[in-house]
Amino acid sequence: MSATTDGLPFEPVPPDAGQRRSVPRGVLSSPSGLLGAALTTTLVVVAILAPVLAPYDPFGIDGPVLHPPSGAHLLGTDALGRDVFSGVIHGTRTSLLIAGVVGVLVLLIGSFVGAVSGYAGRWADDVLMRFTEAFQVLPRFFLAIVVIAFFGPGIDRLIIVLGCTSWPMLARLVRAEVLSLKQREFVAAAQAHGASGVRVVVREILPNALPPAIALLGLILAQVILIEAGLGFLGLGDPNAMSWGYLANEAQRFLRVAWWLPMSPGLAILLAVLGLNLLGDALTDALGGRR
Amino acid sequence: MSWGYAARRIAQLFPTVAAILLASFLLIHLAPGDPVLALAGEHGDAEYYAFMRDKFGLDEPLYQQVLTYAGNVLTADFGVSYVQGRPVLDVLLERLPATLLLTGAALLLSTTVGLLAGMFTATRRRRWPDLTVSGVLLTLYAAPVFWLGQLAILGLALGAGWFPVQGMTTAGSDADGLARIADVAHHLALPAIVLASQEIAAVGRLTRVGLRDELDSDHVRLARSKGLAERIVVVKYGLRRALAPVVTVIGGRIGHLVAGAVIVEVVFGWPGIGRLLVTAMQNRDVPIVLGVFLLVAIAVVVANLITDLCYAWLDPRVRYH
Repeated sequence: MSATTDGLPFEPVPPDAGQRRSVPRGVLSSPSGLLGAALTTTLVVVAILAPVLAPYDPFGIDGPVLHPPSGAHLLGTDALGRDVFSGVIHGTRTSLLIAGVVGVLVLLIGSFVGAVSGYAGRWADDVLMRFTEAFQVLPRFFLAIVVIAFFGPGIDRLIIVLGCTSWPMLARLVRAEVLSLKQREFVAAAQAHGASGVRVVVREILPNALPPAIALLGLILAQVILIEAGLGFLGLGDPNAMSWGYLANEAQRFLRVAWWLPMSPGLAILLAVLGLNLLGDALTDALGGRR
Repeated sequence: MSWGYAARRIAQLFPTVAAILLASFLLIHLAPGDPVLALAGEHGDAEYYAFMRDKFGLDEPLYQQVLTYAGNVLTADFGVSYVQGRPVLDVLLERLPATLLLTGAALLLSTTVGLLAGMFTATRRRRWPDLTVSGVLLTLYAAPVFWLGQLAILGLALGAGWFPVQGMTTAGSDADGLARIADVAHHLALPAIVLASQEIAAVGRLTRVGLRDELDSDHVRLARSKGLAERIVVVKYGLRRALAPVVTVIGGRIGHLVAGAVIVEVVFGWPGIGRLLVTAMQNRDVPIVLGVFLLVAIAVVVANLITDLCYAWLDPRVRYH
């Protein structure tokens, strides 16, 4: 993917407020942006209200074993008589929690590396970019499996592995932004006023580099959700948290007898990933950048 | 492509491989308990632990351990699996052909279908065929691979009965020659299509964007104004230049593809590296897990190198920066 982001300076966003107000309008004016925003909002609401929305305890045994969808159990029950609908609802919470914290880590590490690399230039840029490339080729999925093999399964270590390995694309984008913003008059003005390098980067450059970074973050988090679900499907997720991957793993074992088990967790993942992808693309478009 | 670029790009292998080795080495030593347990798993006996301790030089000073570890890994000597009672490399090599067959088929399929889909959507703007194909690509890009696999099994294998549900060959069949190839191909079809689906979407979307930009460019407008047939304009003037970034994406997604292969192998009972990895996780057979990681990581690095060199060859404007 390197070719799509590297060296492509995204059109810088003019810092005046009038332009900023039009970004949400730009996102919502396209049908795909509207769908992306709606899906992502629904996801967040479901994750927050999970205990209210779920009719049963996702781990509780509440019904007949392997029962197809019915009025009492909208999406059927699994081999232990647990309600699948409640599982899917609570799975939203787990996926979103992981994606959210990973997102914060990616934004922190990626902006830091990208900003230092782009602003300092010269040897710091060289060293940091080689470092970024080394991280970019690390196979995240397999590294996460190694970490689980050494430290056991758990949400905390999953967040750390995915957070520490998902930032390179964002760092490269922030670097490209900083490189182009560095040449602008308002930055030169701040420098002429005697502002320190740190101040120029934090106060003048980063606020303008962040919007395209956040658009890219949507696409990165969509991939994080897929990886987390894949690990859960292999039975490597946190055993104490209900997740979409865990439900799909259950479904695989009863594929011949319970057709309804694989349907809903996979569909939930599809909608979540689709929503984040559409929103990220629409944000990029609204900011006048290139995909 | 200049030789200078190739040399610099190959030299870049060293820090990358060093990073992979260092990351895995650090993890072994950060793991709770004795590093020999991290390296050898929990099931060994005293003799086996002594062997692994000696093999990886765990009684030596740390800097020497790094060198011993790097030496072992770079000579593809990942130690011995206690559970299997064999060298890790032997076990990996035994399972590698099945995974290579699956990923190779998926790569071929995703590249051809992805390019065709991208060309199709790029040349039909604002019409319903474009919208339909783009919608399908978006959905495939977002669908988890195990879900597509499960749906394919429910619909096409268990339901319609067109494809086998599990495995690489029909159990108990002693067919050989062409009949055996046909049997494997029949088993391969669904897993390969499912594994290819997300890559088709990735290649298709990128081809579409790149080709659209190219078709709007001046040299294409000139070709059109000369009265060349649209097919020639698209393929010779548009696609040739839009292809370069697509090549990079294919290489950059090798890691993705192999990760998907692990999942597809579990869904379809395909006897490759992925099934091996999952069984090794269940048995806490750590040497195998570490061996698979290192093998995949190095394969991804090499694949990236090859695609970068291809990219430079396709687009001579590439300068190393």
